[in-house]
Amino acid sequence: MLFIPIIAMFLKAVTVPPEQFWKIATSPIALSAYDVTFTTSFVTAIINGVFGTLIAWVLVRYEFPFKRIIDASVDIPFALPTAVAGLTLATVYSDTGWIGSLFAPLGIKISFTRIGVGVAMTLISLPFVVRTVQPVLQEMESEVEQAAWSLGASEFETFWRVILPPLFPAILTGVALGFARAVGEFGSTVIIASNTPFKDLIAPVLIFQRLEQYDYAGATVIGVVLLAISLVLLVAINLLQAWGRRYDRK
Amino acid sequence: MTGSRNQSKKGGLAPKILIGIAILYLALVLYIPAANVFVHAFDKGIGPFLSNLTKPDFLHAAWLTLLLALVSVPVNTVFGLCAAWALTRNNNFPGRAFILSIIDLPFSISPVVAGLMIVLLYGRNGWLGGWLNEHDIKIVFAFPAMVLATAFVSMPFVAREVIPVLEELGHDQEEAASTLGAKDWQIFWRVTLPNVRWGLLYGLLLTNARAMGEFGAVSVVSGNIAGKTQSLPLFVEDAYKQYQTEAAYSAAVILGLLALVTLVLKDILEKRTTIKEVE
Repeated sequence: MLFIPIIAMFLKAVTVPPEQFWKIATSPIALSAYDVTFTTSFVTAIINGVFGTLIAWVLVRYEFPFKRIIDASVDIPFALPTAVAGLTLATVYSDTGWIGSLFAPLGIKISFTRIGVGVAMTLISLPFVVRTVQPVLQEMESEVEQAAWSLGASEFETFWRVILPPLFPAILTGVALGFARAVGEFGSTVIIASNTPFKDLIAPVLIFQRLEQYDYAGATVIGVVLLAISLVLLVAINLLQAWGRRYDRK
Repeated sequence: MTGSRNQSKKGGLAPKILIGIAILYLALVLYIPAANVFVHAFDKGIGPFLSNLTKPDFLHAAWLTLLLALVSVPVNTVFGLCAAWALTRNNNFPGRAFILSIIDLPFSISPVVAGLMIVLLYGRNGWLGGWLNEHDIKIVFAFPAMVLATAFVSMPFVAREVIPVLEELGHDQEEAASTLGAKDWQIFWRVTLPNVRWGLLYGLLLTNARAMGEFGAVSVVSGNIAGKTQSLPLFVEDAYKQYQTEAAYSAAVILGLLALVTLVLKDILEKRTTIKEVE
């Protein structure tokens, strides 16, 4: 179920001669698809890293109305089918949509562009940072902060020097998880993007289009590139989590 | 953040600003789009909505989605329980740490790549393609491949939720049952299963949500033929691409309600377990 399909794909990739493999893997259209996929995923992962930490902070430290519902709602992207997410984002962020129409007069188009792809990736990877940072923040003792305050640190210093360091492994883990998810995302991005090569075509969509044209070799080569990157990310995430736990025990 | 130090933690302006930013961000990315699904589906009233839901293509897609979940949820439950049992009850299991991390693989692989692997394995030019063709078994671009794809992407949930519960539980109760003369299956049914039931249910819930909502992997292997190999998420995309926005939104509401029910049940279950989503 798990290993045979992966092996099958690698063996299929091996049947492609190395020069041709390299040619397909680094063809201009593939390079531009990697660029759109990874740059956009990276930017959204960072954005979610900042705002996810902020949301986790607010949820753990402050009391406000509807807090429980807001807390639960962070998981919506995990439960909502990605096709629905893509559909509604494409509408809301289109030139005539609720949010898109606010940007249209400024000449910013969101749906059917790279920005739209970014918005979709932001939505589907939103919960990761919040959910990795929240438990760490909950366990953190506020005595340490109070000690820092009483020793004369400003709020900014307290945050930067006392709160952030132990949170950092959790934030990075969440960012990496969100990045991995955004890189592989297909359902929501295929709907909100125009899927034009060299513009907003992402790597998973490129694989899909190659398959539709019965170009199995082309699909496999790009698939192997994506799979290899997923494996590297998986190892990185495991290492980050181990790092986070080591920090705990100190 | 650089507000005056005299402010107490609960009062002051900084918390209000931070809460405001958090909610604004969630609204832009999450709440407004989520609300839009419902507003858009009902903006012509409930009549057109209901009539969209009785069209044959929609009904077939809904039925197919239900079938996909009905097959892949039990399969993954059995697999997840076996995997969790094997990994927590045999500490000298070869390559245990490796398998523990590999079990998450379906989460990190792009769904499109997962679908591609199934096509390469079972497709006409695939490994098993020749044999399947001779025996006239159609897997790719038919229901069996859709099941395989769905089962693949939703595989880790049960194992992931049950493993931590089993680990925390330890062996004591099972050993006690064993010294009292219980057989292996009796221990499993009467001791282990009741102990892990909340974790298991949580895993089931997540498996089901993913199985019903999967788009990428299923769309690669299904061929996406309306009324034949189209599940509900594929129906949403197809209707939208064909400018039948209303039909797309009517189906999206159904999937949205599914997500809502999942979240409510999840919240209830979370109170009974201590497992966190991402760990």
